[in-house]
Amino acid sequence: MNAPTPDLTTSDTCIDSRFTVPGMRCAGCIGKVERGLSVVPGVAAARVNFSAKRVAVSHAPELTEDAIIEELRKLGFEAERAADNPLGRDDAETKRLLRALAVAGFGMMNIMLLSVSVWAGADAVTREMFHWISALIAIPVIAYAGRPFFSSALMALRYRRTNMDVPISIGVLLATGLSLYETIVGGVHAYFDGAVMLLFFLLAGRVLDAMMRSRARSGIASLLGRMGRGAHVVQPDGSTQYMEAERLAPGMVMLVAAGEALAADGEIVDGRTNVDSSMLTGESDPRPAAVGDTIHAGMINLGNPVRVKVTAAAQDTALADIARLMDEAGQSRSRYVRIADKASRIYAPAVHSLAFLSFCGWMLAGAGVYHSLTIAVAVLIITCPCALGLAVPAAQVVASGALMKRGLLIKDGSALERLAEVDEALFDKTGTLTLGEPRPVDLAPLDPRARSVALALAQGSRHPLSRGLAHALREAGTEPAPLDDLAETAGMGMTARYDGQDVALVRPEVETAGLAVDLLIGGERTRMAFADPLRPDVRETIAALDAQGVRSGIASGDRVEAVDAVAATLGIPATGGMKPADKLDMLGARVEEGHKVLMVGDGLNDGPALAGAHVSIAPGGASDVSQQAADAVFVGERFMPVALAIRVARATMGIVRQNFAMAAVYNMFAVPLAIFGFVTPLIAAVAMSASSLVVVGNSLRLARAAGREDAA
Amino acid sequence: MSILGFLIPLALLMGLVGLGAFFWAMKSGQFEDLDGAANRILIEEEDEEDQR
Repeated sequence: MNAPTPDLTTSDTCIDSRFTVPGMRCAGCIGKVERGLSVVPGVAAARVNFSAKRVAVSHAPELTEDAIIEELRKLGFEAERAADNPLGRDDAETKRLLRALAVAGFGMMNIMLLSVSVWAGADAVTREMFHWISALIAIPVIAYAGRPFFSSALMALRYRRTNMDVPISIGVLLATGLSLYETIVGGVHAYFDGAVMLLFFLLAGRVLDAMMRSRARSGIASLLGRMGRGAHVVQPDGSTQYMEAERLAPGMVMLVAAGEALAADGEIVDGRTNVDSSMLTGESDPRPAAVGDTIHAGMINLGNPVRVKVTAAAQDTALADIARLMDEAGQSRSRYVRIADKASRIYAPAVHSLAFLSFCGWMLAGAGVYHSLTIAVAVLIITCPCALGLAVPAAQVVASGALMKRGLLIKDGSALERLAEVDEALFDKTGTLTLGEPRPVDLAPLDPRARSVALALAQGSRHPLSRGLAHALREAGTEPAPLDDLAETAGMGMTARYDGQDVALVRPEVETAGLAVDLLIGGERTRMAFADPLRPDVRETIAALDAQGVRSGIASGDRVEAVDAVAATLGIPATGGMKPADKLDMLGARVEEGHKVLMVGDGLNDGPALAGAHVSIAPGGASDVSQQAADAVFVGERFMPVALAIRVARATMGIVRQNFAMAAVYNMFAVPLAIFGFVTPLIAAVAMSASSLVVVGNSLRLARAAGREDAA
Repeated sequence: MSILGFLIPLALLMGLVGLGAFFWAMKSGQFEDLDGAANRILIEEEDEEDQR
């Protein structure tokens, strides 16, 4: 991005493309990708963004994106073209808040410098001058840094509601106005430092909140993109061209390679294959498809490359119905009120009436408008809602950071709050309880030599079966054998020579019931069957959930027999053969009974349920739609992050409640002082920083607690 | 006290310089890739092709 662009010899009309490369894990990878790409003819510059797992390539228009992906593959990295980040709007929001925080910090430090001299007993002339300088700094700073609060408060008032920002805005504006008056008449007490400090602390809370969201979302965005976002369309001259899903139209012919997802509904016109429709229906067994069969957007081609004539695209696909259901289901979620807002519904009226009452009280006592107003402002400032504005996000950021290390990305704080309330969990089967990828059922028939040959063959191919086999073999500690003449024949398999013998990994010549491949070494043929296994720690996870009082159940779209088999092994109730709308109805029934349900699912068919559940989690291998609908995404093969998420969420809410309690105790002592007029700007500043530090410190304990669980 | 006439503007100026530097850093993408920057120091540079 900010890399110096090397001079270009070919042309100066470069285009920029972005790719996600999830496999970059170390410094060596950065160097390898950047150096490897920069020597490719037509590439002007390549710059890796390691945090986002992306690489930005500036290249000549002649070089296609597919060619670059191919180059990356030769370097040993799987890559996908990165679409515009659908969740990227938060970035601008975070930056806006960071700028406001920086300005508030600048103002706070300078005003505090002047205030400390005033408190130290500067004489009248110096004090007046310092008050004027403070005013000159504070007013523009408050106007700039206070905007996020003012605009949100205005918005709330316009809809006749209150939120956190209303008491904050009123407090800050009143304090500023009064201090300005104080400065003009040459008074003793100006609260500029208090007002700016309040903004600074609260902005720090907002920034933390926004950073948590954007960090998790960029993590999720780097997982997106494997689903059919576009297709290779066969041109009249026989070549293929990549087109976005929106531009596909009925009548076009798509070439769908093995492992690719369909971007539109269509009819196979050439080739025969197996398709995996688990994303769409939850069905776990791949089904064969041949010329004349209709296959739908969202299905994944597991077998051979096929040509598919588009019959329905974009809005008309089977997917679009699911999207409509999701929209409707998602609306119930938006009614959830966050804990800070809930608290502020009690807090704001209480603080405002207290301030108003003390104003009235002092008026009745004959103190005069000006003096009474000073007291009222002191009450508003001293009841600084830092516990609400800073403590909640601080606790949630710490919790989400701890969860992220354990492989669970939480999209926002509200998700953590909702997770803590869950008392029932519903799981999808295929891809959620199971891995969602074919793995060899049994490696036992292979001796060590066969294993290393099989690994060497399998790792050369992107075919889902090869990838599953390679993964399983690597897990078993196999090293690849050195092969010569490695070649891949599309639709057949991999061939090579090893130790003077022909070796091959090919599909069986006869039709088999499930998925299988044959390993040939010399004349020896070994058949390996593939299945979609359960995640390794599903049983432990369900036990852990049970211990936390969360009942589990399965809601799957797969055949009833297949679902019952899994339910029996795990010992939890299950329902099979469900359509997306059925899952939603099931959730609705549970809600009627007063349960708060956690939905965990990966497929497109789970989308409506994910959007409609009280809170939802999707695995990293889930469809884009599901990952965007879910509140959190877990990566890796282990299922335990789901149980961990609930435990950490509950611990977080415990801390948040402690913080509220501390704030209440603090207010019990501070408010009477303010009401009886003992609070000066000095006391306000000390009390405010002290209370903020206490709640933040308390929130940080959560990191220790999460760390202990790490060790356990 | 006349020293104040010098020190206060100086303090403000230094604060503004810091603020300006922070704004510049944000705008020019210094915070875009924090993990990457930490890792890049480990990459061995090859002299003939000075790629960063």
